[in-house]
Amino acid sequence: MKAIIELAGVRKTYRSGSIEFEALRGVDTRIDEGEYVAVIGPSGSGKSTLMNILGCLDNPTEGSYLLAGEDVSRMSEAQLAEVRNRRIGFVFQQFHLLSSLPAWRNVELPLVYAGVPRAARRERAIEALTRVGLADRIDNKPGELSGGQQQRVAVARALVTEPALILADEPTGNLDSASTADVLALLEELHGAGRTIVLITHEHEVARNAQRNLVIRDGEITSDELTGAHA
Amino acid sequence: MNWFETVRAGIEAIRAHRLRSALTMLGIVIGISSVILTVGLGQGAQDQVKQQISALGSNLLIVSPGSSTDATGMRRGFGSASTLTLNDATAIADGSVVPDAKSVAPTTSTSTALTAGQTNWTTSVVGTTTNWLGVRTRQVSDGRFFTADEVTQAADVVVLGSDTATQLFSFGSPVGQTVSVDGTPMTVIGVLAPSGSSSSGTSEDDQAVMPISTAMRLSGSTTGSVSTIYVEAMSANTLSAAYQEINALLLNTHGVSADAADFNIATQDSLVATANSTNKTLTVLLGGIAAISLLVGGIGVMNIMLVSVTERIREIGLRKALGATPSVIRRQFLVEASVLGLAGGVIGVAIGYVGATVLPGLINQPVSVSAFATLAAIGTALALGIGFGVYPASRAARLTPIDALRSE
Repeated sequence: MKAIIELAGVRKTYRSGSIEFEALRGVDTRIDEGEYVAVIGPSGSGKSTLMNILGCLDNPTEGSYLLAGEDVSRMSEAQLAEVRNRRIGFVFQQFHLLSSLPAWRNVELPLVYAGVPRAARRERAIEALTRVGLADRIDNKPGELSGGQQQRVAVARALVTEPALILADEPTGNLDSASTADVLALLEELHGAGRTIVLITHEHEVARNAQRNLVIRDGEITSDELTGAHA
Repeated sequence: MNWFETVRAGIEAIRAHRLRSALTMLGIVIGISSVILTVGLGQGAQDQVKQQISALGSNLLIVSPGSSTDATGMRRGFGSASTLTLNDATAIADGSVVPDAKSVAPTTSTSTALTAGQTNWTTSVVGTTTNWLGVRTRQVSDGRFFTADEVTQAADVVVLGSDTATQLFSFGSPVGQTVSVDGTPMTVIGVLAPSGSSSSGTSEDDQAVMPISTAMRLSGSTTGSVSTIYVEAMSANTLSAAYQEINALLLNTHGVSADAADFNIATQDSLVATANSTNKTLTVLLGGIAAISLLVGGIGVMNIMLVSVTERIREIGLRKALGATPSVIRRQFLVEASVLGLAGGVIGVAIGYVGATVLPGLINQPVSVSAFATLAAIGTALALGIGFGVYPASRAARLTPIDALRSE
């Protein structure tokens, strides 16, 4: 199996004045193509820091991070932006949709920054929305959609660039149980179609949907086990 | 993300916050329209002065007497001395001495009451020669001008300005009627066509012109002194040559040095320059105030852009997470600020033009707006948008995506 994520001795230290805080204290792990992994940990465990580094939103202080074979641990901000655009699809807890734009314009955003021509962008955005079951909602603005539908739009946005990795940060944190099941089913379906998914959550119930659970505590991975969920 | 996409996104963002964008632009709009109007007013006033002075005639030199000092040592202003005479006019008219003078018209001027029947009217009575009509580029609309014979004979004839004619004769043509000038009855032989302008408070259309010999007889003058000698140069190119020749001639015949010259020669250009110097001061002053309002408008743009960056911090974070580089974000905000500035500029220019059309009717002042001023105003507005957008844009570009996404 081809590795999508390879972390070796990753440390992250935050400094505020004279106080140093080590959020990650040497994380080593490898996530292969097609895996569905949940990162679980209570707040303050370093889970968010790990998510930022995995998402190329932040550089590690020490250690190396290979994303799809590319060393991203020492890249500049502009280079990281380009890697995020090309390799990673984000799904956030607060959806982060732009309320003034219709669904398809939200979904096409990553393609705008990738320099894809306008006509192709619309076509691909509609394709991605169809894939998440919102073919009849392409012109609706986020305010006209339910929470579950909004998160589906966000998933479509994460899919549209065909990224190597889908990084979902508490994607069900703001949803009721019906919508939660809905979004988890969608992720499961994408996993079934061969996508690599990393789900960050503090809920064990949500994490059980993934094949593999990484438990993080005090900046270190304390447990790494398969859940037995079908691949 | 190419420029077209960036501009489109900028316009979308502006349209998403219509009220705020409109208020932001208002500062620029007011600034630009007031600059357009003040500059237009200044230009209009200058044009008017130029027109008035050129209405005096073309290629004109105006020779007036110098200052005089009375027995108590009180010095009077230019024109107070009676040092210019008919002899000077004759000398200037001599083609061998002043070859660049085409035509010479000596004039005297007094304020005198005219009476026609029951009506009286005090006006400026000008005594001159037949050349006056050509030198001053005037025309007779009714009747005729006096002839050289009438000048020689000091005939009792008068030509009225159009306003004077209207004041004295409400009905019918004044030609052939009689007016009494200072008690002497005179025949009205013609009426001047309106000159269409007034200069320095005295209407060119309110005067009574008669042969200089008649005027001197009426005033009892025996010295032959004149108040002004109008000289028309051969062409615009020979104007300064004519100036030099007349200056040398009069210094010589009056027997004075250049420092003690007892006369003054003005050209139309020098008159225009003098008149415009006051206008210019006013234009600069008003333009300065308008420029300050533009600056305030620019600060308004910066303020709103900073608010916009703060308010859209999550949007910026999201765009960055999705692959927008810092330079793309900077460009987006810069373009937004420029679009605000440019739109404000265009609206401001439009309002300026409306004002320039409406205002002359209200304040009786011409406003002339030039294409150059328009382009400069729009350019300034755009530059303001860019200039005051740089700081907010770089603030937006510097935001880290995590902090921006997490902010509430």
